Amino acid sequence: MIFVLFGMTLITFALTHLVPSDPIRLLAGPHADASELATLRHAYGMDRSVPEQYLIYLRNLLHGNLGISLTDRRPVLDDIVQFFPATLELAVCAFILAVGIGVPLGVYAAMGRGRIVDAVIRVTSIAGVSMPIFWLGLVAQFIFFKQLGWLPIGGRLDLIDSPPPTVTGLYLVDAVITGNVALLGDITSHLILPALTLALGSLVLITRMTRGAMLEILAQDYIRTARAKGSGYYRIIFRHALKNAIPPTLTVIGLQFGYLLSGDFLAETIFNWPGIGYYGVNAISNLDFPGIMGVTLVVSTVYVIANLVVDILYVVVDPRVEYS
Amino acid sequence: MARSMAELIAAEEAAATPEVTVISRRPSAWRALLRSPLAALGLAMVAILVLLAIGAPLFTRYDPTSMDLGHRLLSPNLTHLFGTDDGGRDLFSRVLYGARLSLGAAATVIVLASLVGCTIGAVSGYIGGIVDELLMRLTDMFLAFPALVLAMAIAAALGPSLVNAMVAVAVVWWPWYARLMRGQVLIYKNREFVTAARAAGVGGVGIVMRHLVPNCLTPIVVQATLDSGYAILTTASLSFIGVGAQPPTPEWGSMVNVGHTYFLNQWWFSTFPAMAIFIAVMAFNLIGDGLRDVLDPRMGRR
Repeated sequence: MIFVLFGMTLITFALTHLVPSDPIRLLAGPHADASELATLRHAYGMDRSVPEQYLIYLRNLLHGNLGISLTDRRPVLDDIVQFFPATLELAVCAFILAVGIGVPLGVYAAMGRGRIVDAVIRVTSIAGVSMPIFWLGLVAQFIFFKQLGWLPIGGRLDLIDSPPPTVTGLYLVDAVITGNVALLGDITSHLILPALTLALGSLVLITRMTRGAMLEILAQDYIRTARAKGSGYYRIIFRHALKNAIPPTLTVIGLQFGYLLSGDFLAETIFNWPGIGYYGVNAISNLDFPGIMGVTLVVSTVYVIANLVVDILYVVVDPRVEYS
Repeated sequence: MARSMAELIAAEEAAATPEVTVISRRPSAWRALLRSPLAALGLAMVAILVLLAIGAPLFTRYDPTSMDLGHRLLSPNLTHLFGTDDGGRDLFSRVLYGARLSLGAAATVIVLASLVGCTIGAVSGYIGGIVDELLMRLTDMFLAFPALVLAMAIAAALGPSLVNAMVAVAVVWWPWYARLMRGQVLIYKNREFVTAARAAGVGGVGIVMRHLVPNCLTPIVVQATLDSGYAILTTASLSFIGVGAQPPTPEWGSMVNVGHTYFLNQWWFSTFPAMAIFIAVMAFNLIGDGLRDVLDPRMGRR
């Protein structure tokens, strides 16, 4: 884990230093002359040797210093702290939707066997993962904002509303904590479309994999034994089958983190959702390298931690797996 | 003489081990793939897309990049089947020509990633020891990133262009192929036919290139097929974000990007290129799904 995080800093560092574009020139602007460039280079430590620069970069990272954003001239870490809760709220909601709908749907679909259910599940899951998220978002906006007028087009709140006092930065949680229940409706209505858009690909995949795992287990001998000793149908489904279908399903769910984090950048762009993805895409269009690298590092760290959590859960749900 | 002897032994060895190749020695695998209606549909869709891409000039008389400001943002009609974009360019011909770029970009990504990945994986698996350890730790570092996020950062650093976006995706994807190839090489490198080749005096490069790699290619080809859809989706996503193909290049992702600001009133602008992405990705994923069934019969029951 530590090694992997260390490796990631190596890659992000290499990116900013091996690429053709010169961040100092970008920072200085087009009219800077050679002496100004040299001064800036010295000020940012860019005139030192590459290994030395890497050590300085690492030391800065350990102090929580991700550099200064070229876009808004603020420390990148401050920006990320400001934008991160929005992403967390969106990603967690999408994740809850994907798992909360996907798993029960998969179990339900496993009860009905046969060619038609097979084909429907298969085609929708392939279509779901083939659908570009940015397109799904646009279609959702077209239907639910323009045609039906049911849901807002983007952002986290209506313009006339001010956000709840910041406690966690998650609007839903903050609204509840500070007793601002009136805002809940507005917050939720802004969350629905982006969260569903982000969740759909994972949702269909989780449905399919859960059903697959369930069918496999329902075909095992011990299920027949359970049936023979007179266990009820639902008892078999939930106590015997579902419990054993959890580990393989967990693997798929774990793999969806990467998908959600990547998709988050696209969904936030479409829905003007002021989170890390939105900030990152902005940094990309402005060639704001400290911003880009900061976002990459933070998102990847979240990804690594999420994978670690899945590994730990694996040990919890499957007693056969042991820590090595 | 020594080499041909070694090859003879290798051929015999290959013939004696039934699991050496999965597809080429089981023509039924391909037939099974075609028997799956969905996979056959996917193959047909890919064939049509490739034909449309190659024959693009035959199907449209409009240049995909020439502007006609008098005909901006026309809705679909008989002269402009898919309507026109903000520069009055014909969207039908842009989507058609876009197939060349989008399919070509995906193919290039796959070839680049698998070439680099296979070379590193084969070297790593064959040499072993410290080299193997170092190279595999390197793949660990890359695999720790969510793919699209790292690709975006790389593409941004290289400077926005379709070529750089392709390089970025390949840089992110090679570790998967390296892992796969290394695993295969480890399976085969202690087989008798390799020992025989070595005894016959074949050098390290010869063994890897002539004896190991050909035996290890099947899973690579399968993986490449499975990845094709995602290659299209990923490069299109990069263009949509703005780090890939730049407008007015007729690339699907970039077209959706430009069109999305017009979407609520000029729906066709983004819709047709986006549908093209969806159909192309879906076609490859249908094939991939069928392929997975054929190769893993256990999955087929699901």
